[in-house]
Parts: sequence; structure tokens; C-alpha cells
Amino acid sequence: MTDRDVMEYDVVIVGGGPAGLACAIRLKQIKPELSVCLLEKASEIGAHALSGAVMFPKPMDDLLPEWRENQPGFCVEVRRDQFLFLTRRKAFRIPTPPQMRNHGNFVISQGALVRQLGEKAEALGVDVFPGFAGAEALIEDGKVIGVRCGDMGVEADNKPGPAYAPGVDIHAGVTVLAEGCRGSMSKQLIREFRLDAGRTPQTYGLGFKELWQLPKGRGEPGRVVHTAGWPLDSKTYGGSFLYHLPDDQIYIGFVVGLDYQDPNFAPFEAFQQYKHHPKIKALLDGGELISSGARTLAEGGIQAMPKLEAPGMILIGDAAGMLNVAKIKGIHKAVRSGMTAAEHLTETGSAEGFDACWHASYSATRLRKVRNIRPGFNKGMVWGFVNAAWETLTGGRSPWTLKTHADHESLKRVDGAEVAAVEAKWHAQRQLPPRDRLASVYLANTAHDENQPVHLHVADTSICATQCYEEYRNPCTRFCPAQVYEIVEDEAGGDRRLQINASNCVHCKACDIKDPYQIINWVPPEGGSGPNYQNL
Amino acid sequence: MTNKFISLAHGGSTGEPGKGGTMKILVGVKRVIDYNVRVQINREGTGVITDGVKMSINPFDEIAVEQALRIKDAGGADEVIAVSIGPGAAQQQLRTALAMGADRAILVETDAEVQPLAAARVLLKLIEKEEPSLVMLGKQAIDDDANQTGQMLAALWDKPQATFISALDVTDGKARAVREVDAGLESIEVSLPAVFTVDLRLNEPRFVKMPDIMKAKRKPLETIALDDIGIEAPPMVENLGCEPPPKRAGGTKVDSVDALISALKDKGVL
Repeated sequence: MTDRDVMEYDVVIVGGGPAGLACAIRLKQIKPELSVCLLEKASEIGAHALSGAVMFPKPMDDLLPEWRENQPGFCVEVRRDQFLFLTRRKAFRIPTPPQMRNHGNFVISQGALVRQLGEKAEALGVDVFPGFAGAEALIEDGKVIGVRCGDMGVEADNKPGPAYAPGVDIHAGVTVLAEGCRGSMSKQLIREFRLDAGRTPQTYGLGFKELWQLPKGRGEPGRVVHTAGWPLDSKTYGGSFLYHLPDDQIYIGFVVGLDYQDPNFAPFEAFQQYKHHPKIKALLDGGELISSGARTLAEGGIQAMPKLEAPGMILIGDAAGMLNVAKIKGIHKAVRSGMTAAEHLTETGSAEGFDACWHASYSATRLRKVRNIRPGFNKGMVWGFVNAAWETLTGGRSPWTLKTHADHESLKRVDGAEVAAVEAKWHAQRQLPPRDRLASVYLANTAHDENQPVHLHVADTSICATQCYEEYRNPCTRFCPAQVYEIVEDEAGGDRRLQINASNCVHCKACDIKDPYQIINWVPPEGGSGPNYQNL
Repeated sequence: MTNKFISLAHGGSTGEPGKGGTMKILVGVKRVIDYNVRVQINREGTGVITDGVKMSINPFDEIAVEQALRIKDAGGADEVIAVSIGPGAAQQQLRTALAMGADRAILVETDAEVQPLAAARVLLKLIEKEEPSLVMLGKQAIDDDANQTGQMLAALWDKPQATFISALDVTDGKARAVREVDAGLESIEVSLPAVFTVDLRLNEPRFVKMPDIMKAKRKPLETIALDDIGIEAPPMVENLGCEPPPKRAGGTKVDSVDALISALKDKGVL
């Protein structure tokens, strides 16, 4: 038995994103005497935060009315909205769907926003601990009693190294999980307490984002452009975003539904291809790529949300899947859910009843209205747009609720057929940076101590070498945005084995979601590891 | 390849006791852009972008803090004082040093650029006040890579120095240090008090523990305005401009040795 320190708090919050920090701030606003602790696995608050992002500001106005006077960096009010449909060479202007109109919203950097929220939380007396990962939930007699932080200084062979420091146990009356999409502890607890019973499976998207410095005069601060269509085929859900910031900087990104079917599809390559569309390339040419990253997001909607509570714990934000896919926004829902949770906790003193409390809220009503829009795209883009129009016209009053499906089941098999080497072809055509995924990882400033255990647990690597190779040609080598997974063949081309380059990982969680055999388990590495995003 | 050697069987006072009879170690802590971050030059070309960029303790200074704490843990010192010269935000780095185990901290606050000679003069002022037996500094800061402060300080203070050390043993008012020099390793002995600048292999800094972060919040951190410290430090170096390294042109593949030779000849390197 390792001797662990124990720290006691009224509330422990896992995750320093908008949901967790909003919850911490609201708790202290209502009851300053509460002791609140917040864990963040990134080296500092905001270093793992990545989102488009256009934010609907109302929840922030309610949480911190003064935020507009002291806006975080990279913040600009939306001035112009465009929605384009792309073909290989052309772009067609189509009407912006009503949910995607952004008048009054703000283009923000989620990283800059949460950094500011983190300072605010600390000023209010929250104990904010960046660099400490919540490794597992502590459960006693069917109740969550707190969190065990990850050990530090464990060597690659899982033995304690010279600087070994066992993780602290944090005991708390309530544990709030605000880990964001596919949180590892949320996954553990959803399974443990069967919180997803009776819900349709959660479905996800994988988003990429880059920050560019354009040549002088090319930017148009506050301009927001979204696209659908090329290079995705009509069966694959997704699209791009392009947000103009001040000083000729832009955020450009691409989101792909992880329910894509083609095992040969490479989401990162699709994003790079999109950047080479004549309309987009003209904008980027001569510019400089400054930073990049990737993160998954929950797209299942309200019907895929797990129950938001279990004894001693609650789930908030995108850990619970609260993204509004029709609006392609989640930060406001995350902030709002953190506030709702804090209000519930200070009122009742326990996690009990939070699920009902949230479902009675305005947020739930909004999500219910748009519940059928994303799953409508399961039957392809045309049907998806028709269905979206219907759902919008009827205000979501359809008597049915469309079901989602699990992303790991959607891949078609290659069954031994050779897969086309599209990746090599795209590489040859590429003119804009990054050169490849490793160049992109470099711009994520990701860092993991090489001497720590691999944090991507693959239950049975023999499946990779044989069954997966035959059936799907190892899609992990393509869907991972950081080239963590490689299949290495020996000289003779006979023996194949999986090589995991864990230190490249940008903590997006796509592998944990999309792996068709569900044998990859993403666990948090040593606290402070992972990307160091700047203003994404 | 970390050298863990530290033998301080000799408990209690080992150097010359300073003011009040206690053995103090003064450690310099500089706030710099984190080593994992890709540094970018600002648009005007006058410096690098620090807005929204992760800042940390200069890694060599972190090693210096660790060494000071190990000396103290082994009974070789009574107090470790972390010192920083820089903006108010450098309190974060001092808090980290306090969480590692330093007893108290001093911030000499200024928003202006601090060049090595100015830093050395400020440190000398603090030395006069605190009378430490050992002054531990990183061999250089990873932002300006000047590698001057320690040497300048030793000269101003007129005390011995051991620079680029990768091992240190303090006993009976003397310190034996192993220096990393061009030709290999050099072992020297200096009398205390003295200035030490530490190299990478000296130790591996500890992980900060959560309860210690809480304790660090209550440890004393004194802030002094640079203007109040009374030093003359006009900048000795003027920054004329910054530019990124030239972009590397893509390489080409050649299919034979002959092609390689003719390509090299074309470039004028053969």
C-alpha cells in the first residue's frame, strides 16, 4: 500500500474547462465558505482547451456580468455570417441555417477564456490545481467519495522512479465531472453506475483547429464562414469553420463525424485537402501557420446524454454530451450547466436530483428542440438537410426521436482488399503547412515525459496485427490526428506489430471512441503532460 | 543520466553562518517561456510573443532550487530563499519554488527588461541584506541564454564561483563541485560563501505535491520595487530587432552517387 496524502473538500471538480470553472465560480459566488478544489490535467489552465469557437454570450453574462469590459484575448464580436457549400472547385453561398446565425455572438479562444475563468476562480478562493490529472474515482459503498490523482514519476515499466510521488486522494462530498468529451473518469463512472442505460449510444465528432497569421490586410475581424460538402462525400457528416480575428489572424478548422464508414478515410487529410480548395487556399497563401490541435466533441444530443448523476457525483458540460450540434456550440451550455450544478449543490447539498433539475432547465428544452437534426444526417447529406429543415420549421415538435448509433460500429470492412494509398497522393499535392501530422503535433507543443508508462492501453495488440489488419486495415493509423498509432512491419514484410507513439498524443480521445474493437482505453498520463495549446 | 550524488552526513552548520547564526541559501528563479512552447516573434519584430504563452521557472533555476533543498534536507542549511527579478506575475514561479520546499521568497518587481549586470547588482543587494552562505543560480536562462549573471555576481561580490556544476558536496565551510567543461569534468573546491551556477545533470527536480502547493500559499513572499533597491543598471545591450531563422528550403532526392556529386558541385560545395 502506497502512503497517500488525503485532502478533504466540500466539492472536487475534475476538469478546468468552461463547465468546471463556471461551476467552481458559481459555487463560491453563492457560498464563499464552501471548500472547492479543481483538478486540471494540463500543465496550466487552458493548455488543453480547444474549441472553434463562436460563443453565445448569455451564460457568461449571467456568470460574470463584467466579462465584456475585460474580454479575454482573441475575442471579437461576430459581424458577418456566411454558409458555403463546397464542390471540388467551386463554392456556393447557401442560406445560413437559423440555428447557425451568429449575430451577437463572439468569436473566442476557449483557451484564453478559461485562463481568465481560472484566475477568477482562484481569486474567489477555489484551489485550482493544474498539472494534476484525476486518475480514477474513489467509490465506497456505491457512492463516489472523491478522486485519486495520478501518480507522478512512474517509470515506463510501471515501477516508481526516483522522483516518484503518489497521487493525492481527494475526498469530497460531491465530485463534479467536467472532463469534456469522452472524459476517462466519466467513462469509468458511466459504466460503473450504468448511467447510459436506456439512452441511445453517444456519437462523436473529431475537430481540428489551426491558428494562422495572414498577410496584412487580408483578415476581416468578426467574419464567420462555415462550409459543408467537399472534400467529404455525402455519407460523411462534417464541415469547416473559418473565423476571422483581429490583426489578420484566423482560426480555421474542420469537424468530421466519427460515424464515418470508409475505413480508409483519414480525417486529418480531409482537413488539409479542404484548405487547398481554391477559395480557401487563396486566403491562406502567404500566411503562416502558428499553432494547431485536435479534440473530439459529443454530437449525440439529448437522447444520448447519460444520466447526469450518481450517488456523490454529477456530470456537466461535454462530459455529459451537452453540445448543441445544430448550433455547433457547446461552451454556453457548458458554462450554463456548471452554473446549474452549482445552484443545485448549494441549494440541496447533494448530487441527488441534479438530473431532473437539469432536464427541467431551459438548456434541456433547447437541446430537445434540435435533437433530431444531427441523427438525420445518418442517412446522408441530402436527407440530413431536408430533415434539418423540417425539424427547424416544426421547432422540433416531431413526435419521434431519431436514434444515434455507436461510432465504433460504423466502419465498413475492407476484408483483405487493398486500400488505395490516398494519403500518399494527398501528401504529394500539399502546398500549405503542415507538411504532415507530425509537423502539426509540433505546433501543438505537446510533451510527455518519454520515461512514463504508455497511457494508451491496448487490451490485445494481436488483434491489430491480424484481425484488424484484415478487416479494417488498422484505421487507428489514419484517424489519430497525432500519428500515435503505427503498424510496423519487419523487413521481410511478414510480421506486423502495433507501435504506440504515446508522446505524440494531443488528448483528443478519437482512438478511444472509433477503434472498431473497443480495445483502446485512453487513460490520463502524468499530470502536466499533453499539448500546450496557446489561444486555441 | 542524472547524478544523484550528494553526501552530507555532516549535519548542522557547514558553511559560515550568516546573520542571526543561520545558514541560508539564496536561489535565483527566473520566469521564462516554458521550454515546451514554440517561441514566436511578434509582428513588429521587436521581441517574442509572451501574451497567453505558458511561462515557467527557468529549468536550470529549478535544478538550483532542487539542489538547495537537498542541501537543506540533508542538514546543510537552515533556510532556502527563492528570489526573482521581474514582473508581478513572477510570483507564480516563486510560489512554485515555495511549493517545492523553499522557505520564503523575494520578488524584486519591475516590468522593464532585466539584463545580466542589473540582475547581478540586484542579487548583490539582496546578498548584503540576507548574508547567505551559498548562492545557487541556473547556469543560464533559456530565454536570453546569456550565461553571465552568476559570473558577474561572483565578481561584484568578490567571492569564489563554481559554474556549470553537475555535482556538489558541501562540508565544513567548503564546497567541492564537479564542473562540466569542454574537455570533460573538472573537480574544484571553493570556500564559502560562494556562487554556484548549475548544469542540467546536477539533479532531477522533484514533483510538486498538492498539499505543498497549499502550504506555499501561506509562506512569506516579499515584494520590493526595483526602484527602491537602489541600483544603477542602465541597459548595456540594445535590442535592434528579432527575426525568425530563415525557412529551410525543401530537400531533393537524388537517385545515384553521380547525381549527388554533380548536385553538390552545382551548389559549389565540392
